[in-house]
Amino acid sequence: MHTVTEQQLCQAVSDATKRALAIAETHLPDDVTAALQAAYASEKNPVARAELGAILENIALAEETNRPICQDTGVPVIFITLPRKIPLTAAIEEGVRDGVARATASIPLRPNVVSPMTRANSGTNCGEGMPIVHISPGDTFTLTALPKGAGSENVSRIAMLLPSRVDDIRRFVVETALEAGGRPCPPVILGVGIGGTFDRAALLAKEALLEPINDMDPFEQQICDDVNRLGIGPMGLGGATTCLAVKVKQAGCHTASLPVAVNIQCWAARRATVEVVL
Amino acid sequence: MTTHLNTPLGDEVLDLNAGDRVTLSGMVYTARDEAHLRMQEEGFPFDPKGAVIYHCGPVISGETVVAAGPTTSARMNALTGFLLDAGVRALIGKGGMNADVAGLLRGRAVYLAFTGGCAALAASRMNVRGVWFEDLGMPEAVWALELDHLPLTVGMDAHGHDLFGDVTERAQAEFVRMFPK
Repeated sequence: MHTVTEQQLCQAVSDATKRALAIAETHLPDDVTAALQAAYASEKNPVARAELGAILENIALAEETNRPICQDTGVPVIFITLPRKIPLTAAIEEGVRDGVARATASIPLRPNVVSPMTRANSGTNCGEGMPIVHISPGDTFTLTALPKGAGSENVSRIAMLLPSRVDDIRRFVVETALEAGGRPCPPVILGVGIGGTFDRAALLAKEALLEPINDMDPFEQQICDDVNRLGIGPMGLGGATTCLAVKVKQAGCHTASLPVAVNIQCWAARRATVEVVL
Repeated sequence: MTTHLNTPLGDEVLDLNAGDRVTLSGMVYTARDEAHLRMQEEGFPFDPKGAVIYHCGPVISGETVVAAGPTTSARMNALTGFLLDAGVRALIGKGGMNADVAGLLRGRAVYLAFTGGCAALAASRMNVRGVWFEDLGMPEAVWALELDHLPLTVGMDAHGHDLFGDVTERAQAEFVRMFPK
């Protein structure tokens, strides 16, 4: 195999980041659009139907005009799979930063990233430790952009439940949706992380949001049905569609712990995966 | 049934009920937290009588609205009284407002919900007509936007009905039924 220079690697990752963000911001994944269409078809509440109709019209318009789906273009969360032959160096994170800054200027994206205490805006959607980059081994060199808006992130929750009360997981997830109400722009997708450590549970919840939503296991389906029974509806105006899907990811945990994290995702569940071309 | 409204608004808003669908055309003025504070101090740069306030921090490029969905209205709960006292007839936003605002709306104005996240749809139905307080930055400035049939839901009417409040109350009751203890 020919050797890849740091510069080539940085450029390839930058291009992939820009490309993935451009797709994610303007084109909703097919499984999410299909779930919204199914909700529109089955929804009987006229207000909820109108809200879902507006959402579907907005998705089509964004695609047609190549404009961001939502004005909150989020913060960049990036997942990379790295094949064995590609060296894990700082060039990868540098490439992501460069790609995010270029995408911010070209799409354009709203500059959302600020310093947490001074609230000073960098203007590039980059900051200390931002964009967030997760790298894991894989067979192919891919990059996934998951731009995450604040409305749904702000009402996400984590709890260290009692290990003797596994049944409380369901209650905690439904309660999180109840307290969030209309604020996360429902219909939502709930990413649930169970187990691991305090921090791993939150990452599992975020990773769960990468999963396609056209398939749920019985536990996920039960929580989804429970949340929909609350009747919060699209935008909190009432209706049968509060939750499009629940996705759960698990990890082993301490015998004395039961961490549970719920990462809420608004209906604009933007994610796009591209190949990194060297 | 969809009612069509044109700005400036008058007593026709008193006929609306929570849950009604409306389309709105004419001028609206964007205002977030900072703009509310500025107008409270310095007065209105536009005629507030019959005016419509839009809780929105738009992305504007030159004369073009790139994205202009609604922001969370609840942040403006405590900043809304002076608008209604000055004759504002409608507020547009997402997520609804509190019981204090529901009381202030009685007999004079309505809260209209625009679908959160629908930035492209919003942008396709509006044009920029002016701007004030640009020193506050693009999202916080007051933008005069001319709407063309923006689809909205009456979230809170002028008779004290609040769709958001009703939905929350029912959801809480359902939760207690599901998880009694």
